[in-house]
This record gives sequence, structure tokens and C-alpha cells, in this order.
Amino acid sequence: MEDKPGQLIRVLEPISKLGGNIIGIIHQRGKKTPLNRVPVEITLSIDSKKVQELMEKLNQFLVRSFDEIRLLESANLILIGHIIHTDLSDTVTKIDSSDAECVELIVSMPKLSGKSTAMLTIAAKNDDALEKAIDRLKDICRTKNIEVIEPIYEEFV
Amino acid sequence: MKIAIVGFGNVGQSFLDMLLSKKEFLEKRIGKIEISFIADSKSSVSGDFDPLEALRMKRTKGRLRDDKKAKNCLKELEFDVLVECSTTKINGGEAVEHMLIAIEKGANVVTSNKGIAFYFDELMKLAERKNVKLMYEATVGAAIPIIRVLRTYFSTFTIKKIAGILNGTCNYILSRMEEEGLSYEQVLAEAKELGIAETDPSYDVDGIDAAIKLVILANTIGIRSKFEDVKRKGISWITPEAFKIAAEKGYTIRLIAEASKELIVEPRLVKFGHPLALKGTINTILVYTEEAGTFSFAGRGAGKYETAAAMISDLVAIYDDR
Ligand SMILES: NC(=O)c1ccc[n+]([C@@H]2O[C@H](COP(=O)([O-])OP(=O)(O)OC[C@H]3O[C@@H](n4cnc5c(N)ncnc54)[C@H](OP(=O)(O)O)[C@@H]3O)[C@@H](O)[C@H]2O)c1
Repeated sequence: MEDKPGQLIRVLEPISKLGGNIIGIIHQRGKKTPLNRVPVEITLSIDSKKVQELMEKLNQFLVRSFDEIRLLESANLILIGHIIHTDLSDTVTKIDSSDAECVELIVSMPKLSGKSTAMLTIAAKNDDALEKAIDRLKDICRTKNIEVIEPIYEEFV
Repeated sequence: MKIAIVGFGNVGQSFLDMLLSKKEFLEKRIGKIEISFIADSKSSVSGDFDPLEALRMKRTKGRLRDDKKAKNCLKELEFDVLVECSTTKINGGEAVEHMLIAIEKGANVVTSNKGIAFYFDELMKLAERKNVKLMYEATVGAAIPIIRVLRTYFSTFTIKKIAGILNGTCNYILSRMEEEGLSYEQVLAEAKELGIAETDPSYDVDGIDAAIKLVILANTIGIRSKFEDVKRKGISWITPEAFKIAAEKGYTIRLIAEASKELIVEPRLVKFGHPLALKGTINTILVYTEEAGTFSFAGRGAGKYETAAAMISDLVAIYDDR
């Protein structure tokens, strides 16, 4: 951004108009460019479907990078079967990829030898990555004889 | 018009009861009503008979006056509408033959028999060719208006998906597990005692009944499909802990039948407060449309009077274009 008043607001406005939430802003004054611009790092959360639109709105600025996109879509699933005895950590790691991972796991095992039940939360960068991660989970569970209960994906509108 | 009744159990008897008690009103709507014959699995009554007396005899003696078989009645006697409410058989069974005979003769059919799922295309095509109507509102969700609504009102909409609770027995079992923290076996025993589950519950709890109804719904909205196309899982493996853990995140578990790209019957996590999270023996059908969002149809999904009421409505719909 040019180092003059009123610049920051031009960036923040489109973010808030698209329903985004600012988490942090860092002005890197020490790293001024030869054209006298100041790099500004903004951390925000926004619906993954809106990212593209936001990037277009911000194209008057030079957006250097916007990697660091965190996991935004999530789904809860229930697993029933011999979850622990079939190598739980293997099941969970197989779901993980660069854009999706298992972020929470609650296990209930009432009897040592019996079936256990688990609630698993998978988070992903977007719908597509989430769907793929769930498919991977279902494949692994099929081989391990673990039943999966998926959520209803569409809400009632 | 002359009505033939095949299958004279809970539904067949309730149909006749209701028809007789509403006779005056119905005749104003659709003209004079006569019963051509009534048949069960081994006996029948035709010719000169009093329908009330036939009801009395079936209820006291468990059979009808004559030995003539249903199929022979259908072939030999004259009638305008077949009311088919014999036992549903996987693969269609004799009920489908009954309907084919009737349609071939140029008679309309009103049925509660889910066996139509196995010959849907054949039956519909023949009915179209013979220019008669095959009405089957009662096969899915008893009196819940869904089949006719899909065939007529929603016929101009783009339906993206249908999802529903199509089996009251499973829904009862799952909602009791949710409420009481009991095991599947405990709740099943309770359901058997209450007459909600059969002695052999597999037709319900393995999702077979829901799958058959899903096939009927899918074909109704133009998804040509057969029973074998349904990916199906039952409910007997669900643990009480699953309900506890699910509740922590605001979910319950229901057996959901879904038709979109695929036909699937399986237990799903459903948010509390969602229209598919209803409790008890209720049935619910959601219709997801492109144009106008989602619609919910819910009500008692079974019962002899509910089923008979749907069939009376179908009968009137054939003759009365309002
Ligand atoms: N009850 C419900 O809530 C409900 C709801 C929706 C749909 N349905 C469907 O409606 C139908 C009737 O149900 P229901 O409750 O009335 O059953 P039901 O009480 O068991 O009655 C079945 C009747 O069909 C007769 N039957 C069996 N096989 C036959 C055959 N080959 N030819 C002629 N008659 C035959 C039986 O004869 P006998 O009397 O000689 O045994 C009996 O009268 C079933 O297809 C069921 O799936 C029922």
C-alpha cells in the first residue's frame, strides 16, 4: 500500500462487505519497497466461496500471496466398529492431506473387547477437499469393517 | 362404477368400511358405486352379495363365502377399478399379476401394494397404452400427500433431490434410542411388544421397506431405477453411545432414504430441529426444488385407516378432475 492516509480502509471495506472477519493487521514499515510502498499483512477469516471474489476486488493492490488459507469447511461423522483395534492412528492419518485433516476425535469404548463409537470432525479448505477426505475415510473404513454415519449435507431452507 | 377388491386384511377391510360409510358423499362425486367382488388369499365373494355381510364374515370366520381364487375373479368378472391391497412381496409377487390382468382388461388400479416398485416401468407403460390410471398414493407414507403432488403439482419443477424418513418402525426405534439411551436390542423388544415391529423385523430394520418406497418415489420423479440400485444399510448396528456423542455436537441419527444422483438408504446424522429429526412412527418427505427451495411433507406413515383414506382419495381422483 502507498504510505498515506485512507489506504487501509480501501482494503478493509471489501473484506467486511463480503462478510469477512479481520483477525490481524501488520504494517511492515521496515520493508518499504523502492516505490515507497508498505507491505501489509492481513489475516482474516472469510467463507471459502468468497475468496475468489475478494481477490478480484483487491486487484488494485498488488496482492503478493494469499496462501495460508486455513481449513474452513468441516463435517462431523460417526464411526462404529473395532476402531481402536484396527489402528486408529492409521485411519486418521489416511484422511489427512495437504488440504484436509481430522481436527477432533471423541471415542467411546464401553467394553474393552466390544465395538467402539467415535465422532470424528474433518476440516478442509473447501467443499471439494472435504468431500474427497470423506471418501477416503469411507474407503478405509470399508476395509476395516467400520460403519460410517454421514451427516445430511444440505440444510433445510 | 364397479370396484374389485383384492386383499382383504387390515387395509382392504378399512377401505370397504370407509367406502360404505362415505357412500352417499362419494356417489355424488363419482357416480354410482358397486362392489364387483372381494378376494383374499384363498376365498372370494362375487355375484349377489351384501358387502357388509362380507365384512362380517371375514371378521368372524376369517374367510369369504366362495372358493373362487382372486386371479379367476379378475379374469372372469367385470369391473372398472381394481383396489389391490394384498400382501407386499419382494419382487412383486401375485399382486403385480393381479394389476397386469386388470390393466390389460382396461380397468384402472388403485393400490397400496409396494410390489409395484419391482415392475414400475412395465406397469406404467401398460397403463398408458391401455389408457387407464394406476394410482399408488398409499404405497409411500400412507395418507401423506406425496405421490400425486409429485406427479401433478411438482411436474413443472426441477427436483434436485428427495430425502425422507420412509419407515416408521425404524424411526420409532431410533428416536427411542435417542431418548432413553437404550440399546437397539432393548428398543426392538419394546417395539415388538407394542406391535410397531414385526416378529421378523428385518424387512423394516434392514432398510428394505424404505428402499422399496424410495424406488417408487424415484420412479415417480422420472429417475428410472430398481430395488437393486439402492445402496442400503440398516440400523441394527447403531450403538447407544453413537446417540450420546452425536448429541454433544447437536445431532441425532435417523434412517434417511435419499434419491438424487444415487439412491441411498442409510443412517445419517441429522441436526436437532431439522425436519428429518422428528420422533416416533412419523414419516417425512423433503422435496428439494431448484425453483422454490425445500418442501416438507410429514404425517403418520402407516395405519390401516390412513392407508385406506389415501386409496379412497386416489379412487375419487381418477373420476373427478377437480
Ligand atoms: N397396514 C398399513 O399400514 C399399510 C400401509 C401402506 C401400505 N400397506 C400395504 O397394503 C397391503 C395390505 O396391508 P394390510 O396391512 O392390509 O395386510 P394384511 O392385513 O396382512 O392383509 C393382506 C391381505 O392380502 C391377502 N392376500 C395375500 N396374498 C394374496 C394373494 N396372492 N391373492 C389375494 N389376496 C392375497 C390376505 O389374504 P388372507 O386374508 O386370506 O390372509 C389378506 O387379506 C400390503 O401390501 C401393505 O404393504 C399397508
